[in-house]
Amino acid sequence: MKRYSVFAVAREAARYHTGWERAWKSPAPKKKYDVIIIGAGGHGLATAYYLGKNHGIRNVAIVEKGWLGGGNTGRNTTIIRSNYLQDPSAAIYEKARSLYETMSQDLNYNVMYSPRGVMMLAQTEHEVRGYLRTAHANALQGVDTRFIQPDEVKKLVPIINLDGPRYPVLGALWQARAGTARHDAVAWGYARACSDMGMDVIQQCEVTSIRQTGGKVTGVDTTKGSIDCDKLGIVVAGHSGVVADMAGFRLPIESVALQALVSEPIKPCMDVVVMANTVHGYMSQSDKGEMVIGGGADGYNNYTQRGSFHHIEETVRALVETFPMISRLKMLRQWGGIVDMTGDRSPILSKTPLEGCFINCGWGTGGFKAIPGSGWGMAELMAKGQSPLTDEFSLYRFREGKFIDESVAAGVAH
Amino acid sequence: MSTRLATGGRLVNRAQKMNFTFNGERLSGHAGDTLASALLANGKMMVGRSFKYHRPRGVVASGAEEPNALVNLGTGNRLEPNQRATTTELFEGLAATSQNHWPSLEFDIGAVNTYFSRFLPAGFYYKMFMYPRAFWKHVYEPFIRQSAGLGRAPEAHSRDEDTYEHFYAYIDVLVIGGGIAGLQAALAAGRAGAQVLLIEQTAHWGGRTPVDGGEVDGKPAAEFVEAALAELRGMKNVALRTRMMGAGVYDHGYVLAYERMSDHAPGTPGPRHRLWRLRCKQIVTATGAIERPLCFAGNDVPGVLLASALRDYAVNYGVSIGDRTVVVTNNDDAYRTAISMKEMGLEVPAIIDARAGGGGALAQQARDLGIRVETGKGIAKVKGTRRVEGVAICAQAGEGAVLDEIKCDAVAMSGGWSPVVHLWSHCGGKLDWDDAQSMFRPRASAPPTGATGEAFVIPAGSANGHLGLGDVLADADAAGRAAAQAVGATPPKTAAPQGAGPDEAPIEPVWLMPQGVDIKLRMKAWLDFQNDVKVSDVQLAAREGFESVEHAKRYTTLGMATDQGKLSNINGLAILSDALGQPIPQTGTTTFRPPYTPISMGAIAGEARGKVFQPIRRTPIQDWHEAQGAYFEPVGHWRRPYCYPQGGESHAQAVEREITQTRNSLGLLDASTLGKLVVKGPDAARFLDMLYTNMMSTLKPGRCRYGLMCSENGFLMDDGVVARIDDETFLCHTTTGGAERIHAHMEEWLQTEWWDWQVYVANVTEQYAQIGVVGPNARKVLEKLGGMDLSRETLPFMAWADGTLAGIGVRVFRISFSGELSYEIAVDASYGRALWDKLLAAGEEFGVMPYGTEALHVMRAEKGFIMIGDETDGTVIPQDLGLHWAISKKKDDFIGKRAQERSHMTDPDRWQLVGLETLDGGVLPDGAYAVAEGTNANGQRNMQGRVTSTYYSPTLKRGIAMGLVRHGPDRMGEVLEFPGTDGTTHKARIVEPVFFDKDGEKQNV
Repeated sequence: MKRYSVFAVAREAARYHTGWERAWKSPAPKKKYDVIIIGAGGHGLATAYYLGKNHGIRNVAIVEKGWLGGGNTGRNTTIIRSNYLQDPSAAIYEKARSLYETMSQDLNYNVMYSPRGVMMLAQTEHEVRGYLRTAHANALQGVDTRFIQPDEVKKLVPIINLDGPRYPVLGALWQARAGTARHDAVAWGYARACSDMGMDVIQQCEVTSIRQTGGKVTGVDTTKGSIDCDKLGIVVAGHSGVVADMAGFRLPIESVALQALVSEPIKPCMDVVVMANTVHGYMSQSDKGEMVIGGGADGYNNYTQRGSFHHIEETVRALVETFPMISRLKMLRQWGGIVDMTGDRSPILSKTPLEGCFINCGWGTGGFKAIPGSGWGMAELMAKGQSPLTDEFSLYRFREGKFIDESVAAGVAH
Repeated sequence: MSTRLATGGRLVNRAQKMNFTFNGERLSGHAGDTLASALLANGKMMVGRSFKYHRPRGVVASGAEEPNALVNLGTGNRLEPNQRATTTELFEGLAATSQNHWPSLEFDIGAVNTYFSRFLPAGFYYKMFMYPRAFWKHVYEPFIRQSAGLGRAPEAHSRDEDTYEHFYAYIDVLVIGGGIAGLQAALAAGRAGAQVLLIEQTAHWGGRTPVDGGEVDGKPAAEFVEAALAELRGMKNVALRTRMMGAGVYDHGYVLAYERMSDHAPGTPGPRHRLWRLRCKQIVTATGAIERPLCFAGNDVPGVLLASALRDYAVNYGVSIGDRTVVVTNNDDAYRTAISMKEMGLEVPAIIDARAGGGGALAQQARDLGIRVETGKGIAKVKGTRRVEGVAICAQAGEGAVLDEIKCDAVAMSGGWSPVVHLWSHCGGKLDWDDAQSMFRPRASAPPTGATGEAFVIPAGSANGHLGLGDVLADADAAGRAAAQAVGATPPKTAAPQGAGPDEAPIEPVWLMPQGVDIKLRMKAWLDFQNDVKVSDVQLAAREGFESVEHAKRYTTLGMATDQGKLSNINGLAILSDALGQPIPQTGTTTFRPPYTPISMGAIAGEARGKVFQPIRRTPIQDWHEAQGAYFEPVGHWRRPYCYPQGGESHAQAVEREITQTRNSLGLLDASTLGKLVVKGPDAARFLDMLYTNMMSTLKPGRCRYGLMCSENGFLMDDGVVARIDDETFLCHTTTGGAERIHAHMEEWLQTEWWDWQVYVANVTEQYAQIGVVGPNARKVLEKLGGMDLSRETLPFMAWADGTLAGIGVRVFRISFSGELSYEIAVDASYGRALWDKLLAAGEEFGVMPYGTEALHVMRAEKGFIMIGDETDGTVIPQDLGLHWAISKKKDDFIGKRAQERSHMTDPDRWQLVGLETLDGGVLPDGAYAVAEGTNANGQRNMQGRVTSTYYSPTLKRGIAMGLVRHGPDRMGEVLEFPGTDGTTHKARIVEPVFFDKDGEKQNV
């Protein structure tokens, strides 16, 4: 692999950029691999990458039905944070966040991790208490967060309206080292690094069935032929139930469309990410200048990756109230992605009833921020059969009732 | 230089002058101008700077597809960035400034980027700026952000002074687009009697027809437009609206439309924008087509315009872009521009036709006018940087060897036409590549379909790939008829009007000009003018493996600008296909997403702003709270008094006063916000036995029972007192925030699982005011009001009775959430304030003290009562809270029962409810965790419990807390450590959770 650097760009400029090589190869599938990962999104590629990097397993294929990074990796609002309440969540998201910090250097691909800070507004007394609790938990979990007062909120976000007539801003949970990254670049960077390790990233290759013998996985049939493997990782957010069905087991998952939108680009006006959970909306400004806005998930199950409008209205209404200056900006584009929802809104990284077959799914609305941590843990799980990062995220926790529930605001005070 | 011609301009009123400013310069135009035509009339060729290289940018189009002419419109609270000058109607006093430059449009420091452009190809930022690591946040990213962005950000404190509104309508046939196709489709559907709404995004009807000419039924096409309009206006079943754009098509015929009410006349009373949500049975998309640029070196220089736009400015606005216009084309349509120019007395030094065979009848007409026509030629390069000075022409088939140079000051380019298929595609309509016309057009066999599988979108006219006038009218007539038939109307047997125009020679695809142009010039051939994406960038993406059209788009940013690739996408994917050596349909298009052009956030938010953002629910006593200067907290959709500070009191002091007086004498609480659900029917008792963990069917009429409600997963979700009114009627109290949620929960079970049970649920929360009368003197004050027997014997604890107090009909519940002697009195909402006032008056002698939610919280914590949302968080089961007594052992089933039998739920290691007393008497921090020894496998500090509620207790004069602790009830007296977030550690002893009046002597008197 030719390394990327400012010198490489200068060298190529001299010959009009005719010498750049492919970022990743597009080989035909081999007959057999040690490991096949289904799904070349961020999580699948990261799993493959850390299988190679941390565990020396490089005879790996990542098969993708469409184009790599084309699912939720390329559709999310790019927020990276780890201010989670429960121990297992904080562990995997903080692992991810710390890996994001050095990802550009690690992959030699600028994923533009921008540790600009994420704040979650507290707009009811109940929310204040909830975030104080999170701050206490985070301190013990090694996650650097703190609760800040309204004046500090205003200093960090001059465009915010602290005294909305409906919900005043009472403070915020602030994670200074959280931020955003360029979502496509994460997938591309991992794909390039995987390809460089000799792994095969095979796009336009849809898995049509999963083969097994005596309860053990033996390979997959794809639109590009049959491929054998010793181990199989299913990492196909948005379609997890469909692929699990091929492997012969069911998942406690519902698939719904999550909505997002961007405004037209404007000059910098907001330096941090703000999430306002009471009114349901969050917003940040991309390096390109667009206000990136996340909406809610549709209230019905489906697999179309289309936008619907009712959540857009709800979200924009909330954000115009929180940031009145956006009223005369315009929505440029809205889109939807299909997210896997589990019963406790936490992911599944787990062995499955099919021996040798592992699954990584159920990230709900928060998968992008977890990509490197998820890949790290999943790779360890697949290589060693166990990982402290994934232990609590077993598929079987639902049977035991051992939920990892982050929705602490489930009840509202009297 | 562009200028206003002496004559012409069918849309402008030369008698009416309009003054405006551009970058502070005072200019004038005419009524009917767009900002773009007015700027051009004033010689303003350069109107902005591009996104990446800050290249000079001029107007290139005349409509919604414009990528370059974006301005900051207005100032202060009315500033609107990125407004397209081509769709901005001029008004008196308009103030616009150009974007993306510093210090000025003419001298822009950022323009140095253009000299470094060779070092800044597609995706350069993925390959550099990685070292040193900290530089990304502190140096590179701030620099990139400053030079990117486009329009000015509104001031941080600006407030939009305009209003917006939402409209809703049910429509049989929605026709989107008021060009000749839309008019004919509306006529066809309207004549059949269907209910029709015809919308047009501009202020004018007829689309391109008045400019492009042609004949309909032997008369000028413009006359047909007028006649069609007159007929449509006469139909009662047809409505017409201009300045209204079809923004998005969603599932089941749901259409978003965006009406710009007063953008053309700011200050007009009424809303600025109106957002329409339409439910349509049939949608006809007569959205026209957009001309494509040609890709040659220097095609971004100001003065190079779409051929159709040049014609529009001349015919519609009487504005010429230059005196000498070179036309370059691969199709016949652009000849119309040359002919128009010539007819207006302007020079056309040459028409450069890339087709070896040249054009048809229009070409002959041009030649007859004496215009030089070069066939099989292309433009090698445009001369000039800030505006066109000339073109070098070459053989299209060659590599760009210059054959001739022609001086000119404008270039009209046409690469063919692309149907506007956005609305067809939003909801899943598929496209076919039409090789003969070099365009993607709707695939008739794959339309968007509704719930029944029927098509609900019909494309019409040029939006359906028909470019000739005759074909457009025939297709639109058929579309209108089909739509009418689909909604059950019967179109009359009339013939479609016959359109006629000159015979045109076929287009020949030209994706690169000349065909074999070298890399140096490919780096100067623009695809996306706004985002600065060039032919070389897309070729680089292909070389680096970004082969999917989505990858190429994202890697190069092609089509991601504010025009969303209306001009650039087809050219870009043709270049990509060529680079990959595959046919265009194999490459495919990127996804079309709503909205068609950007729509304002204000319009999306609509009326829901300020106080009506989420209307505040008010209790009948709210006015009194406000008059007392209560400090409020939002709870659900209510705002409840947190406390009532007096004089200079702090909130803590007020809370202490309220508690002390309540415990000593008498307090009053406005409890009206508590949820009240009436559950009624023969199966009501059976239903509540399933809903609550308790046995409710054994409750006697006249009695109350405290109930717990769990989710299917066993977690405690709500609690409250249930009163049995009669055999078939229960009144279930819920938490304030839980009323709607629990109502929905009940309905879900009734509608999906027990649909055959005879039970109705009604939410009567707002039908009653409810007042808590609390304290040792509670009975006395009620007896003073008189009207019913409230003695211990007649109305014992957990009983209720109907009666009258002070002449008001009431229902009195003898229940307590404070541990005091306490009554909750429900009255019809309209009597709430009257009863409150009477209680205040009667209570005066006892020092009656209204108290807020914080006093309520503290008093319940003193008694060890749990609070939903504090002691529970969606992960807590009743067993964790020592509430086993409220879980019936006699019932076969209740919601959550099975879940609570799972292994983790019965794990003895679960954290359980205890009281916590700090060793120093202080108050534990909210949300603190108790630590245990060591760390877990992920390096996190082990924890063994947490604080769920913590307060200063004025009654006990010390901090008290409740918490969940591993094996807590078995560890009474043990001391736990709670680290704060400020480095301190708090020590607290595990105690019983009931701190006050453990035997309940006070409440049972």
